[in-house]
Amino acid sequence: MTKEEKKTTKKEAKTEKKTSEKKTQDKKRQIVVPGEVIASGKDFLPGDGTRREGDEIIALRHGLLERAEKLIKVIPLGGVYIPRPGNTIIGQVTDLSFNGWFIDLRAPHEGFLPVAECMGYINKKDIGDHFPIGEVLVCKVRGISARNTELTMKDKTCKKLIGGFLIKVNPTRVPRIIGRAGSMVSTIKNETGCSIIVGQNGLIWIKGPNTDAEMLARDAINRIVEKPFIDGLTDHIKEFLDKNKPKEKK
Amino acid sequence: MDLANITKAKILEMLNEGKRMDGRGLLDFRDLEIETEASSKAEGSSKVKLGDTEVIVGVKMDLMEPYPDSPDEGVMMVTAELSPLASDKFESGPPGINSITLARIVDRSIRESGLIDTKQLCVEKGEKVWAVMIDISPINDGGNLIDASSIAAVVALLNTKMPKLEEDKVKYGELTDKPLPLNKIPINLTAYKIGDHFIFDPISEEQEASEMKLAVSLVFEKDKAIINGALKEGDGSLTITEVVETVEKMIKQGKKLHDKISKFK
Amino acid sequence: MTLKRPDGRKFDETRKIEAKINVIKRADGSAFFSFGKSKAIAAVYGPKQVIPKHKENPQKALLRCNYDMTPFSVTERKRPGPSRRSKEISHEITKALEPALLLEQFPNTVIDVFIQIIEADASTRCAAVNAAALALAAAGIPMKELVSSVSIGKLDKDLVVDVNKDEEDFTVSKGGKEIKAATDVATAFLSRSEKVSLLHMDGDLTSEELKKALELAKKSCEKISKVQEKTLKEI
Repeated sequence: MTKEEKKTTKKEAKTEKKTSEKKTQDKKRQIVVPGEVIASGKDFLPGDGTRREGDEIIALRHGLLERAEKLIKVIPLGGVYIPRPGNTIIGQVTDLSFNGWFIDLRAPHEGFLPVAECMGYINKKDIGDHFPIGEVLVCKVRGISARNTELTMKDKTCKKLIGGFLIKVNPTRVPRIIGRAGSMVSTIKNETGCSIIVGQNGLIWIKGPNTDAEMLARDAINRIVEKPFIDGLTDHIKEFLDKNKPKEKK
Repeated sequence: MDLANITKAKILEMLNEGKRMDGRGLLDFRDLEIETEASSKAEGSSKVKLGDTEVIVGVKMDLMEPYPDSPDEGVMMVTAELSPLASDKFESGPPGINSITLARIVDRSIRESGLIDTKQLCVEKGEKVWAVMIDISPINDGGNLIDASSIAAVVALLNTKMPKLEEDKVKYGELTDKPLPLNKIPINLTAYKIGDHFIFDPISEEQEASEMKLAVSLVFEKDKAIINGALKEGDGSLTITEVVETVEKMIKQGKKLHDKISKFK
Repeated sequence: MTLKRPDGRKFDETRKIEAKINVIKRADGSAFFSFGKSKAIAAVYGPKQVIPKHKENPQKALLRCNYDMTPFSVTERKRPGPSRRSKEISHEITKALEPALLLEQFPNTVIDVFIQIIEADASTRCAAVNAAALALAAAGIPMKELVSSVSIGKLDKDLVVDVNKDEEDFTVSKGGKEIKAATDVATAFLSRSEKVSLLHMDGDLTSEELKKALELAKKSCEKISKVQEKTLKEI
């Protein structure tokens, strides 16, 4: 073996050890890449982020492989937010039209909130006063058209946001931030005393009793964003919140 | 997406409490990482990471005719290309005002401090002088590109080696061991005004929340600081006290930065 | 092989490859890829709205790749701004990547890919394609397969993989004169379908030689694809 080959083999062995270690750590969590064959045979069904090509199912995105009985899908690790009807989103008014507001929701297409989809009666002359440009709103996605995302505020969770602040996260991390049945975000809310609204589009609103509490909630969320795939994440975050609680609360 | 007005209000509210979103003091700089030799094709180069902001600066040299009013002096030029690679807010095309402002602030800092001894860059009076071309290439705009670029430019110059000359012609790609003739190291500090507060080294959100900035270039002589350049840029106005107090704060912070950068000689 | 390569590599050996993803925080996806001293950084922004609107395609997303070299990436300073060469390369790179992407999933949008060459030592468009493919995958863009790119050179009579500047400028002495004797074929292959999506040749080749060059490139791209896969899995 030449020196170069020796070096490469050593490096390969090191990487192999690292990969197999990682595999045991994240037993269920295998990262797949576009074009990779993730299953063969007719037994499996291709879910999100995959497709069938003859006998094989291939991954179409860079993400985590998830198998639920016969359904195989890929949970993406990155990418912009793709709106789905029913999603709760946080967006910002960027422009007014004669019958509604254009909303930036950090998605490939602009959002549009028609006056008709707001609670109560709004005179079309008062559109600019009702929600001026720059206003931040919690809305729900009503539907998707070729050109924009139709929004609505006809839901009790929808409102205009006052006070607090927004943070931006990778939209693919949102499920982890919310947690099973909202358990993760509830933990953060309870431990910090903050109100938190998580938009499916990766925008999160935090408002708390003081800035220390708000920053703690923000830090906890950033932790989840950085390490979404470790086991026992909820306990890890609980520990973090306990350790860093503002002194008055203790 | 533009900065939300509620976030802007929060930034100001925290400043009123003497706090910042990432826990820093108003005058603190983020972690600074400096690397030299970002491109082996450059006569000198550097890569600087200031928090999330990352920028590469390269120095290229060539011979050219001197300017008619300084026939025995070398020539210097600073260009900044704000590639959309580094930010969704940058646009393709000819340099806009931000690109020009960035280049000019860095240029002023280097030129007015006399960092490059241009008199020693003369090869043949009136005919041939060295041109030092400094190109700023941001990789990620995480706020405060101006100061990060200024640091990167100075480090690149500190590590520049003169090209080989053969019969008064440049042998491209061949470098000597000779460094550029350099004098005092300038430090450029930009203070950003938010409400009534002045902060250093803003993150992107803070930079967006700010409407005015004051850029000052300093050199340090023994225990004194000399101001070589100053620029107020943006909307609004300042009192004389605000200017003087901010400059005093800059001198303090600047000394720390100066000592860090000097190590890269 | 009759000739020794200037840097001692074997005929089918690429230079040292370095690859990383998520190198630009602001971008939706990003990557770094280098063949030795040819270094490329790519940033993906999108899918997002098309401006100007009239350029929208109601059936699929537009892919816009922009290749640019920093002024200090080359021996003689390159003036900032696009050139005819960079525009041609930008177009080639776009066409090399398009077949792998499922653009129909995002009608009326654009996916912008910006590629900067920080240091150039020949075969920069190949490093650019490799970086861009990684960045697109990291940006979560749906792709049928990865795209890998490499250059094949001919030094006098021998075919070699991954041409560097010395090899690009290769000359032989004929009758006391130095004559340019290098041929350069830039290629890109789609990883799963194994088809050629980029082909750009300068020099002279017989059809036999071209066939051999493409086969050599395909083998090399298979290895490069494995490196790209590894990079995407090692986060």
